[in-house]
Amino acid sequence: MPEVFVAKIADLPEGERKIIQSGAHDIGVFHWDGQFYAYANMCLHQGGPACEGLIMHQVEDVIGPDKTWVGQKFSDSQVNFVCPWHGYEYDLKTGECVPDRSLRLKKYKVVRRGDDIYVAI
Amino acid sequence: MDLPLSNDRTWSVDEFDSGKALAHAARQAKQRNYDQFPIIDVDSHHYELESFNEILEYMPDPVLKQLAKMANSGNSKGVGVMPGGVGYQDMGGRAIRYPLRRIEKPEPGVHRDVSLTRRWMDAMGVDIAVLFPSPMLQLGLHPQVEAEVALAFAYNRWLSERVLQEEARIRTMIYLPFNDPDASYRMVKEFAGKKGVCGFMITSVRFRPVHHNSYMKVYSAIEETGLPLAFHAGYNWGEQSMGMMNKFIAVHALGFVWYNMVHMTNWVLNALPERFPKLKVIWIESGLAWLPFLIQRLDNEYMMRSSECPGLKKLPGEYITDMFYTSQPMEIPRDMSLLESTFKCIKAESQLLYSSDYPHWDFDLPSTIYDLPFLKEKAKRDILGGNAAKLFKLDIGKDKLAKVA
Repeated sequence: MPEVFVAKIADLPEGERKIIQSGAHDIGVFHWDGQFYAYANMCLHQGGPACEGLIMHQVEDVIGPDKTWVGQKFSDSQVNFVCPWHGYEYDLKTGECVPDRSLRLKKYKVVRRGDDIYVAI
Repeated sequence: MDLPLSNDRTWSVDEFDSGKALAHAARQAKQRNYDQFPIIDVDSHHYELESFNEILEYMPDPVLKQLAKMANSGNSKGVGVMPGGVGYQDMGGRAIRYPLRRIEKPEPGVHRDVSLTRRWMDAMGVDIAVLFPSPMLQLGLHPQVEAEVALAFAYNRWLSERVLQEEARIRTMIYLPFNDPDASYRMVKEFAGKKGVCGFMITSVRFRPVHHNSYMKVYSAIEETGLPLAFHAGYNWGEQSMGMMNKFIAVHALGFVWYNMVHMTNWVLNALPERFPKLKVIWIESGLAWLPFLIQRLDNEYMMRSSECPGLKKLPGEYITDMFYTSQPMEIPRDMSLLESTFKCIKAESQLLYSSDYPHWDFDLPSTIYDLPFLKEKAKRDILGGNAAKLFKLDIGKDKLAKVA
């Protein structure tokens, strides 16, 4: 399977992302919590650049022991990237569409070779 | 520009260009051969407050003009002049064009509204766009009727002279200050026939019954022009029933349908289509799913209570399907047969008009129509442009106006 160079690890620091294009492949590569993830940069909704928007932690309800709504907070662990066109949110670690996890972006294998990052296409 | 993110992070962005942000739309336009047929967008927007000081130069009331200029200066941009308030259209910046629009630069020497509008039109393959304001969609809630009138005249005169004169691909349906019937009548008389004016528009968020006798001269005047009348939907979190909702999604989902349902119901049951048989009416930005509901509901009750509506000569639903609808925000159901049934119900192949609503958060690309599996090529092209060209009597020639790369 051919590999496409993404970046030197040092040039894609924690919390950042890079969009690469190779032929018909338009791919978003994320560096998050020490891992690299790569997905097709094509929203399942209307074809927007899904990987180019905000990276936001999942919003969560805080429900009290008596089932009352206490408030909202951002998740400490789950993080999503958001299609900038309409707000479709994707789980950064799985590529699943958060409101319907049966939908997911095409995932690419990320290869670390020395100081370099590649994706297999 | 630093954008605030979750858990106290920030994201620094240096530039924004609508054309680049819509690169995928441009790719769709090329893949689907949009260069082969016209696309007319019947509902799009700009942000008029970005040009508020220019608009205020056209304000007829010198005292209100001074009040508005002061309100628009310093740190209190527009506050105190325009109604509105709470709302989260940008989804906390997730629809990133909202915050980044501030740093987008127009082409040198071209009016900002013309430049930015052309940019997204070319990316989507849109040849003609009907442009509407944004915050002014709630101007019908202004507690001072005279302020709505003054702002409406100022806006329309500014739009006509500064935008419509400069770019023939941009059109508008003139905002009517509907809380004042006499002023609305004067507005029709002033703007009918002006360059770029393709109809008249009532913002639906307001509390005036459309069947009131004071409006009959307005409808007559519009009917005489041969141009259509449109009702543009909106939301109002300040309304009592909407005040029970704690989520913007709820206020938006219901609000954008509710006001048009009220006006449509009054319009039909008071037999206005019979009184103004040549007046074409367009309902904008309520999506489509409300129509089968309202048609079924009114038809069913009318069969039992027709004595309340003696002016009708056919079922309410038959009047409804004679009217026109813009497509956005088109609901994409899990069961697509529901959408296909809706298209059939409203005679979409002749009555539906594509609209993007760009740059608002729930905009629709032309592909939302073009990719529908149950439409034939001719129907797609009619909905995307042919129906609007016929309705507005547009002669846009044979050449594609949008630059489809």
